[in-house]
Amino acid sequence: MAEQIIFYILAAVIATFSIMAVSTKRIIRSATFLLFVLLSVAGLYLILGYQYLMAVQIAVYAGGIMVLFIFAILLTHKPGESAPSKPIAKRLLIALLSVGGLAFCTHIIVHNVSKVYSYSLGTTGSDIKYIGLTMMGTDKYQYLLAFEAISMLILACIIGGIMVARKRK
Amino acid sequence: MQYTLVILLLPLLSFLLIGLLDSKLKPSLAGNLGTLSLAIIAALSYYCAFDYFTADRVNGVFQPVIMQMEWLRFSDSLHIDLGLLLDPISVMMLVVITTVSLMVHIYSLGYMKGETGFQRYYAFLSLFTFSMLGLVVATNIFQMYIFWELVGVSSYLLIGFYYTKPEAVAASKKAFIVTRFADLFFLIGILILSFYTQTFDFATLTAGNSNILSETAGATFLGASVLTWALALIFIGGAGKSAMFPLHVWLPDAMEGPTPVSALIHAATMVVAGVYLVARLFPVYFFYSPEVLAGIAVVGAFTSLYAAVVACVQTDIKRVLAFSTISQIGFMMVSLGASGFEGHEGLGYMASMFHLFTHAMFKALLFLGAGAIIHAVHSNEMSHMGGLRKYMPITHATFLIACLAIAGIFPLSGFFSKDEILAAVFHFCPILGVVMSFIAGLTAFYMFRLYYNIFWGEEHKHEHQPHEAPKLMTFPLIFLAAVTVVAGFIPFGHFVTADGMLYDIHIDMTVALSSTVVALIGIALATLMYRKPTQIPATLAKSSPGLYKAAMKRFYIDEFYLFVTKRVIFNCISRPLAWFDRHVIDATMDGLATITQQASVKIRGLQSGQLQRYVLVFLIGVLLAAAIAIIVYLA
Amino acid sequence: MYELIINFLEGPVPMEAYLIVSSIMFFAGIYGFIARKNLMMMLISIELMLNAADLNFAVFNRYLYPEQPEGMFFTLFGIAIAACETAVAIAIIINIYRNLQDVDVEELNQLKG
Repeated sequence: MAEQIIFYILAAVIATFSIMAVSTKRIIRSATFLLFVLLSVAGLYLILGYQYLMAVQIAVYAGGIMVLFIFAILLTHKPGESAPSKPIAKRLLIALLSVGGLAFCTHIIVHNVSKVYSYSLGTTGSDIKYIGLTMMGTDKYQYLLAFEAISMLILACIIGGIMVARKRK
Repeated sequence: MQYTLVILLLPLLSFLLIGLLDSKLKPSLAGNLGTLSLAIIAALSYYCAFDYFTADRVNGVFQPVIMQMEWLRFSDSLHIDLGLLLDPISVMMLVVITTVSLMVHIYSLGYMKGETGFQRYYAFLSLFTFSMLGLVVATNIFQMYIFWELVGVSSYLLIGFYYTKPEAVAASKKAFIVTRFADLFFLIGILILSFYTQTFDFATLTAGNSNILSETAGATFLGASVLTWALALIFIGGAGKSAMFPLHVWLPDAMEGPTPVSALIHAATMVVAGVYLVARLFPVYFFYSPEVLAGIAVVGAFTSLYAAVVACVQTDIKRVLAFSTISQIGFMMVSLGASGFEGHEGLGYMASMFHLFTHAMFKALLFLGAGAIIHAVHSNEMSHMGGLRKYMPITHATFLIACLAIAGIFPLSGFFSKDEILAAVFHFCPILGVVMSFIAGLTAFYMFRLYYNIFWGEEHKHEHQPHEAPKLMTFPLIFLAAVTVVAGFIPFGHFVTADGMLYDIHIDMTVALSSTVVALIGIALATLMYRKPTQIPATLAKSSPGLYKAAMKRFYIDEFYLFVTKRVIFNCISRPLAWFDRHVIDATMDGLATITQQASVKIRGLQSGQLQRYVLVFLIGVLLAAAIAIIVYLA
Repeated sequence: MYELIINFLEGPVPMEAYLIVSSIMFFAGIYGFIARKNLMMMLISIELMLNAADLNFAVFNRYLYPEQPEGMFFTLFGIAIAACETAVAIAIIINIYRNLQDVDVEELNQLKG
């Protein structure tokens, strides 16, 4: 029951701040709202029993990416400047479309998911040692290849980021 | 006789070499190269003629030599070959063409000196020589047609040699279009003939007693046999090239080309292609459609008379010579038309070929002489000349010889050939003979009118003293004059006759005397009127102004053609067609283009490069797809 | 009333609830991506959408196939890729700003230059 209550609080936070993050005028506020959303999602991971995921979410997103965002915003915006949106008519149309899409998805979720799947809860994946072995293993259901691929991608990103952002001579 | 192939290939080679290198070659080198190759093939031709005519006769006939390879096969019996056919007339033509061409090549070294496009000129000359030689040695009518067109093209190129001159351009177009128009009939004739006889081969066609032709003669169309139609159509092709009335209009205008070209193409070689064509198919004409042959005689006579009358009043010396050429080709045609086949009956055929030979020599001589005169006074008009005999003795002497020859004075070559023609025509139809004799008199008259106007009469004031042409130009004159003097004594009947049998020429004294008398009268009249400036010509012109003006305007044939083409064809056919093309066909295409353009302008808006718009469209698309999925699912 | 609430909160959290939350995040991201002209705002919207997807992986993993942790690992890798993507995107944005003094996406409609 406590789990349920915490979930609904987090859900409400996520819904509210997601919408606020995309609709507020000040971009630095938007980034802050995004931070709230990300932290709440970390909370959801905790409820689901993925402690490791929660840690990663907080460390990488809330820690790394948000710091990047804030620096970038500081670099590209003058203080007090608001980020412009499109004309109101256009925004209404887009909002309508988004709400339509949301309604469609919700309809499918509510009517279909419980029909098709009967689900049971388990707790695998919370063990850090297990996660580490799975990530480094080469057997079936183990992910060394993907891990290495991601590491290559990150290397490429580091080089690419430097190349793109450096000052042109 | 494999070496005869070289005769054909060498000019082609020289054309390709000079034509491709063009201005990379030094003018003198190009000229010498062309002349050298011509000299070689001329020597080869003489050797070939010697070789051919000293070979043994079989049954009293020189055996034709045929070398050919198959080129296109349509069916087992119908195929087109390429090759060489040597028989008396083609060998004779080889000699004529190479001789005149060689003289023109040498002459042009002097005449064209310093002209821009000198190399191009020699390339075209080589091309022409190649195609003309290919035409005469063709083994079948289709090969002949191919070279026939090539000759037309090279004639077009050479008439339009001074392509910066509008008259020359117009003249070359006119020549090409008129002869091409005639060639259309030629082609149709070939198609009909080959369709019914299943062969293109001259040897098969002219075998005389072959079954294919007599079978064909059975099929009729509009009251005449198909063969007659085919032969008449083929003759129209020949008439176009040989400037027979009413397709003669291009020849006088063709004089816009360089004078040596006129000598080579429009006097000696190409224009006799029609005569050669009829002679080539003579047995077919004679045995299967004598009515066409009679028609040829009438057309030839009329053309001859017409051209002779027009020649009497023209003032441009090259035009006079051009009409004289038309008239003389008319003589050849008449002679062919009047000819029989065997023995003495075949006199006309022999005479025609003989006249072709002698005429080529003295007409080339006349043109080259005219070229020398034009070179000296820088004008074509008679009124700008006069009294030139003092300044240009060699030209004067050779021109006089040529004039006497064409007038038919003993013992020059023209006398013999013209005499034979008149004898043949008198034998065929005395009335026609009288007409032809009258034309012979007219010929003498207008030639001497020309002669006196150029060399005698009142001296025109020249900007600078006229002078004799350089040696390069006088040598061909002397050479051709010598040939003109002696050619009459060639026993032509021993070489070229209709049935191939040996035939001795006897001079028919009555015809010879009467024609000489007529010629002398013509000369005397001309002497009287033009030797010294008198009022007689002007008085005559005034006494019958209508006739004079009509003759001056060439009896309005050109105007008639212009009327037909511009007023009738252009207005009634071409304009509506052009309108249809522009407003219906083009408009459809334009409409398509416009629609495409408008559509693309509309579509272009979607490809704005605005990422957000793409995502929006994508979102709408996904939602629509979802909506459709739901509708389908619910249904 | 009280009982109704108690009943509603009884048992585990239903899967639909997670999915609806992630849908809300996702469509908020879509709205932001289309409606905002600022490049930084678009990037924030992308982060929202990515997070929604990550959450879905974890939820499906937990509720449907709890024996195997594939969904969790997918989420893990997704977070790594999101980090990379953000880093590069921010580098590009800073570069654009340096050249144009502006990060308005509607001004950026030329590929070359």
